[in-house]
Amino acid sequence: MSTEHQALALVLFSVFIAITLGITTWVSRNRRGSAEEFYAGGRLFSPLENGFAIAGDYMSAASFLGISGLIALFGYDGMLYSVGFLVAWLVVLFLVAELVRNCGRFTLADVVAARMSQRPVRIAAGTSSVVVCVLYLVAQMVGAGSLVGLLIGGSGTAAKTLIVIGVGALMVVYVSFGGMRATTWIQIVKAVLLMGGAVTLTVLVLLRFHGDVNQLLTTAAGRSGHGARFLGPGLKYGADWTARFDFISLGLALVLGTAGLPHILSRFYTVPTARAARRSVVWAIALIGGFYLMTIVLGFGAAALLGPGEVRASNASGNTAVPLLAGFLGGGIDSTGGAVLFAFVAAIALATILAVVAGITLASSASVAHDLYASLKRRHGRQRSEVAVAKVAAVGIGAVAIALGLLAQDLNVAFLVGLAFAVAASANLPVLLYSLFWREFTTRGAVWSVYGGLVPAVLLVVLSPVVSGSADSLFPGADFQYFPLQNPGIVSIPLGFLAGWLGTLTSAEAPDAAKHAETEVRSLTGAGAV
Amino acid sequence: MDKHEGRDAGTIRLDDPWYDALAVGWGEGAAADTAGPMAGDRPAPGASDIYLEVQRSAAFREVRSRYRRFVIPATAGFFFWYVAYVIAATAAPGLMARPVVGAVNVALLAGLGQFLTTFLLTWAYARHARLRRDRAALDLRWTVFEQERGRQRNGAREEGR
Repeated sequence: MSTEHQALALVLFSVFIAITLGITTWVSRNRRGSAEEFYAGGRLFSPLENGFAIAGDYMSAASFLGISGLIALFGYDGMLYSVGFLVAWLVVLFLVAELVRNCGRFTLADVVAARMSQRPVRIAAGTSSVVVCVLYLVAQMVGAGSLVGLLIGGSGTAAKTLIVIGVGALMVVYVSFGGMRATTWIQIVKAVLLMGGAVTLTVLVLLRFHGDVNQLLTTAAGRSGHGARFLGPGLKYGADWTARFDFISLGLALVLGTAGLPHILSRFYTVPTARAARRSVVWAIALIGGFYLMTIVLGFGAAALLGPGEVRASNASGNTAVPLLAGFLGGGIDSTGGAVLFAFVAAIALATILAVVAGITLASSASVAHDLYASLKRRHGRQRSEVAVAKVAAVGIGAVAIALGLLAQDLNVAFLVGLAFAVAASANLPVLLYSLFWREFTTRGAVWSVYGGLVPAVLLVVLSPVVSGSADSLFPGADFQYFPLQNPGIVSIPLGFLAGWLGTLTSAEAPDAAKHAETEVRSLTGAGAV
Repeated sequence: MDKHEGRDAGTIRLDDPWYDALAVGWGEGAAADTAGPMAGDRPAPGASDIYLEVQRSAAFREVRSRYRRFVIPATAGFFFWYVAYVIAATAAPGLMARPVVGAVNVALLAGLGQFLTTFLLTWAYARHARLRRDRAALDLRWTVFEQERGRQRNGAREEGR
């Protein structure tokens, strides 16, 4: 790979950084510095803007790079991610978006704590939100690492480390200076760029095959070396029953996890009403659905045009399939067209990572400052200090994510995101649904359901083959693997729901009918919403 | 004005039509008052009475049942269809790999079908909410707002006396 198009990619990426830094400065020019402004951008975004921002927050590098890579390597089994990531939005639209907008202020814990004893519930929900955010951040950092590895040419470990740290530092700048307003605009810019890139590549792939999808699929199957099996399920997850349960577990985590992701929930607070929240989700579903349809074409396109061998040679888990495909479509990586397209896509992917990282960092810093710090501090804090704490938290969380991201460099990013989703579905979703819909739900139920989902999910990941016991593990040398599945969802999600139910049944506290009435009326009518 | 709402929650609960008697006896005796130490940012006292009244009102019950009548079957439907899809992909790969047209097989069609149903349900939900819920919900929001304001005004008048 020649140095010119590495340089070109870096130039394009720098342009994106310059534009987003400009936005950050522009939107923070006369900020009042209130919590409302910092966490929710003043709640004045339009549904269209917020729809693009949601799509920008959600369509991470994991989807763009990871899913297409998985499809390029394993064919149909990669498509499950696309389907799960999209269907999940129905849970959000039907059960969560409007009600959360009506009941909460900044975080998930706001919704739950409205009915319960504040302190224990806030600490529990804040902790699980931070854990989900850190896992998700690690996935993004790994994506950044493999992209940079591709740009620099494999062996530049020092440069890789440096750029991952650079990405981390930049996002802290965005978040602490621009708050939600800058983060939202960055998501919007990024969503437009990402959709543009995906549409361009999809059209080019389809043009190659003269619009004949059938031929695209046949060629992909032929080059994959698996024949027709490439187009059916089972290549990655069909070997034995352990793998099949892993697949089901992942499927559950994907569809139930989205509604528990803190950075997605916080997006609903940036619009003025529940109706606007609903309309932004409809926009987001349209964008996200179109995008995931395109990732399928890109994945099969990479298999058909490059072949799994070339994809695997560049990155063992397929994370770099799309930039390689772009180079090929432009006329070969050594031609001008190929170099430009390659640089363009690589820059978009880096921009994607940066934007998603900023969104998650903001959400997790809100959880730290608004939930954890506010509950644990002594009772003389001021409103102003909460935003300051959030800014410090952004730095701390960024540092943790960078460190873990450098450690987990060789895992597939789509798979890592699957883990974050599993934890979100186990720890955050049960408590959210119970407090919105179950009148008997109590404080103990809420606390149990968070920890009852969070602890098993994290524990099972630690004991899984992801962390130890096999050659691809995080610690290949050690072996404390006692849980066979890579994704804990199938066990930990039911446990989260069960724990919430048991906690409520064994609770000595009677459910508060008045507070339930308030939650129910507010959630469905928007009365008293901020 | 200072009525200590929540103290008499027991009486309210008894005549609440949705109260499910099952969970009364759970826990030991008197309910420990765990709620409240940090309830500083709750609305003014009296607000919860308004919410209880609204919750019992026919207009609110109508909004709620319209919401539930759409959301419960739709959620059950798409969830079942999604889980069936995932299980079919793992348990019956042979069926899923059966070709339909050219290289397109059952699995691909099922996957695209998931996309299609998601788009259709999104459209149906947005339409249902816009036509059947939004207006009534907005009216209720005003009801609560005006009752709250009326109560605050009364409170202020009593204090002024």
